[in-house]
Amino acid sequence: MSPETAILLAPALPLAGAVAIALSGRFPNLREATTLATAFALFAVVATLYPAVAAGGRPAVALFDLLPGLPLALAAEPLGLLFALVASGLWIVNSLYSIGYMRGNREHRQTRFYVCFALALAATMGVAFAANGLTLFFFYEMLTLSTFPLVTHHGTAEARRGGLVYLSVLLSTSIVFFLTALIATWHVAGTLDFTEGGILHGRLSNAALGGLLALYMFGIGKAALMPFHRWLPAAMVAPTPVSALLHAVAVVKAGVFSVVKVIVYVFGVRELSGLTSVDWLPVVAGFTIVAASIVALRSDNLKRRLAYSTVSQLAYVVLAAALLTPLSVVGAALHIAAHAFGKITLFFAAGAIYTAAHKTEVSELDGIGRRMPWTMTAFSVGALSMIGLPPTAGFVSKWFILGGAFASGQWVAFGVIVASTLLTAGYFLPIVYRAFFRPAPAPDGHAHGEAPATMVVALTATAALTILMFFFAELPLALARQLAGG
Amino acid sequence: MISAHLPVLQVVVPLVAAPLIVLLRRGLVGYVLAMAASAFVAGSALSLLADVWHGGVISYAIGNWPPPWGIEYRIDAANAFVLALLGVIAVVVAAYARRSVAAEVPAEQHYLFYAMYCLCLAGLVGITVTGDAFNVFVFLEISSLSSYVLIAFGRDRRALLASYQYLILGTIGATFIVIGVGLLYMMTGTLNIADMAARIGAVEARRPVLAALAFLTVGISLKAALFPLHLWLPGAYAFAPSAVSAFLAATATKVSLYVLLRFYFTVFGATFVFDALPMGGVLIALSVAAMFVASATAVFQADFKKLLAYSSLGQIGYITLGIGFASKAGLTGGVVHLFNHAVTKGALFMLAGAVALRLGSVRLDRMDGLAKAMPLTCAGIVLGGLSLIGVPGTAGFVTKWYLVLAALEAGSWTLAFVPVASSLLAVAYVWRFVEVAYFRPPSAEVARLSEAPPGLLLPAGALLVAVVYFGIDPSLTVGAAARAADALLAGIR
Repeated sequence: MSPETAILLAPALPLAGAVAIALSGRFPNLREATTLATAFALFAVVATLYPAVAAGGRPAVALFDLLPGLPLALAAEPLGLLFALVASGLWIVNSLYSIGYMRGNREHRQTRFYVCFALALAATMGVAFAANGLTLFFFYEMLTLSTFPLVTHHGTAEARRGGLVYLSVLLSTSIVFFLTALIATWHVAGTLDFTEGGILHGRLSNAALGGLLALYMFGIGKAALMPFHRWLPAAMVAPTPVSALLHAVAVVKAGVFSVVKVIVYVFGVRELSGLTSVDWLPVVAGFTIVAASIVALRSDNLKRRLAYSTVSQLAYVVLAAALLTPLSVVGAALHIAAHAFGKITLFFAAGAIYTAAHKTEVSELDGIGRRMPWTMTAFSVGALSMIGLPPTAGFVSKWFILGGAFASGQWVAFGVIVASTLLTAGYFLPIVYRAFFRPAPAPDGHAHGEAPATMVVALTATAALTILMFFFAELPLALARQLAGG
Repeated sequence: MISAHLPVLQVVVPLVAAPLIVLLRRGLVGYVLAMAASAFVAGSALSLLADVWHGGVISYAIGNWPPPWGIEYRIDAANAFVLALLGVIAVVVAAYARRSVAAEVPAEQHYLFYAMYCLCLAGLVGITVTGDAFNVFVFLEISSLSSYVLIAFGRDRRALLASYQYLILGTIGATFIVIGVGLLYMMTGTLNIADMAARIGAVEARRPVLAALAFLTVGISLKAALFPLHLWLPGAYAFAPSAVSAFLAATATKVSLYVLLRFYFTVFGATFVFDALPMGGVLIALSVAAMFVASATAVFQADFKKLLAYSSLGQIGYITLGIGFASKAGLTGGVVHLFNHAVTKGALFMLAGAVALRLGSVRLDRMDGLAKAMPLTCAGIVLGGLSLIGVPGTAGFVTKWYLVLAALEAGSWTLAFVPVASSLLAVAYVWRFVEVAYFRPPSAEVARLSEAPPGLLLPAGALLVAVVYFGIDPSLTVGAAARAADALLAGIR
């Protein structure tokens, strides 16, 4: 298969999968088989791109014009390929988990669920391989809309409220800021193609660049930079596999991916470094890291704690990109992958705890590690990765981000990362401690063991991935290093 | 041979069909003739659009009297685009009307309905093709009078009041227009638009010309329902039969806006209207007000058709905003939105009619859980709603792109945020429907309903296909609109 075909297939496969899933809706086994087959095929297709891109190739395809002079164009570059690999790989695991979860909890409207999931993946592939800003925006909005029925899956009043926050924050930021920023870029530069080194050389003043950067950074609401982070906790009303999709596979990753993409390929790292008007970005990102960690520390609800942990971890990626050093940009790219593996493990574990033990609060988890050893061990691995300790993926990315901060002498950022590491340890380690070292409350009244097998297999697999990425960091590094220019 | 006469035939055919239908007095015959006339208009409009695609101008002298003495029909890139829009919408609405009219209009009045439909179409086509200022007024009256009747066909008795309101305000508007045309005739001594444009330069600073501009602006704005002269529109759209709401929402205001474009850019000239006079600023201010006030009003409507009507007022603001910029990008955005909004709102009114057919009402508080009973209709309404918001992949997005670009070209960041910010209000009013139809359990009344018949869904679906197609690949619509913008900015050639 030529790389060009593979790029086209990446969004087309899940689209076709969505149609096939919808058609096979009457036969649940066939429907789930379709989902899994599509997921495996997608991963295989994306993986075929690795050799070409790692060797420095940039295969690209342009289709028809979305607007005169602005084609729907796809291209594979290192950052996008990394994101696509992570998303398509985790889709396989997530589908396994979904099947266990959706059947175990006897959820309604499962066909719509799997159709929307496949559509969301199609949109994610489009975002990952977008060759220009308009294509990116196109798929970015498609991702918002296709995940909305997933977030509101339960159809209750609470789901409606959460869905409204989700939709209104994401749509209003993208329509008002992101779109305006894109049109302004088109107006100024006459192109929206993602180009190494950026497309705005000397076209804008210092102040205007700062303003445009602000439009992009706050416009990409999926990156959940404060104060536009509220949709993420609100979306917690969704079923757990959807939370995993939002937090690890697609949505927030599409956000931070777009942030890095814009900084690297629209502005250009070199163009931005040394500008006084962009100094606010590390500050906002740093504030988000610390503030979200503090909220997480104070939440007793497990999924809410995880949600704010995500807000904080996403801001790491933004901070890393905003440091504007080659090392930190590598760290940003790696952190997209590292956080994905860690966070999906944590969510899978939270979902398993809910399915097996019907517990949602941290304070209820005393002694649960003895009943659900696999789940809680995986949880601990995910937690270590969030803190950034070896031997987990989080250590690798944090190492590069810290290295970037150190090399450029940005001591405030350095301090923020250190402080937040302590905070992260402060809100994750007590859970691990409770689970394994505190005695279970005496008469529990509800005997339970592990969650259904597919769920345990899925969360063990992602925990394993988290550790494997530490030992085999060279694979993603080969891609990420190209971003920093060699 | 016959093709040389297309410019006049597309007016004559529906104009002759109307009395023929009345003479035959049969509903079915009326339908067939109306459909045939619409199809003829669509076919000839598309062939004319193809002819002028590369900037050619077709001039047709009625009765072989050469202009400026005789009446001239003149087709350039601008009105060819509007004509094509008219033709396409007319066919789709005619297809829809069969089932919808059968349900909403008493059988003995069907033939009258189709006669009026043909008259209205003839009037609108006439306004669009003619190159004669007085002819504009004549055809405007034909289309207006027939649309008053069409609105009064509504089942609700309030349709009569709405029709009457429109009659009063429409007549005032028409009077203003004829006064404006009269003043221009007085000053230039001609009624031929091209001739007028050539002669007005010598007299344009004189007071009667300014008065003519004022009369025409107010008169046309009344017919186009430009804020704050929109009072007739919500009632008229809400209480008219569904097919009429769809037809008028998609065509009537659009043709009026074309007339505004024609007078501003061709007769008076962009330099006079926008540079010497502050009309650009006035239009922009009114458009911004429409986009926010009308859209905000839409959010609070209890009646879904009224919601759509107020949304139309906001969307008209998008078009006039584009006109107000008087630049290539602005005009392209405004003109392309004539089409984009027409197909979107046409589809939405058709689907509202489908709901009315099954539910017997379009009040939002009776639509609880409607998506369970009528999934296709509701999905269509959501898709149309996405285009009103301007989500990428729908026609509405294309418009927004050009309007923001035009604002940036004009150097105004504030105005750049206007179209995008007002689309948040669209999110709010579309959400009203989504919340009711998708997030509430179906009431006993709704649970009994079945999906709308294909006779209503297919025409609406055809328009929605256009909404998506021209959202993803707008090269045809934007291409035609850009040519129209060029033709308008160049003045008469």
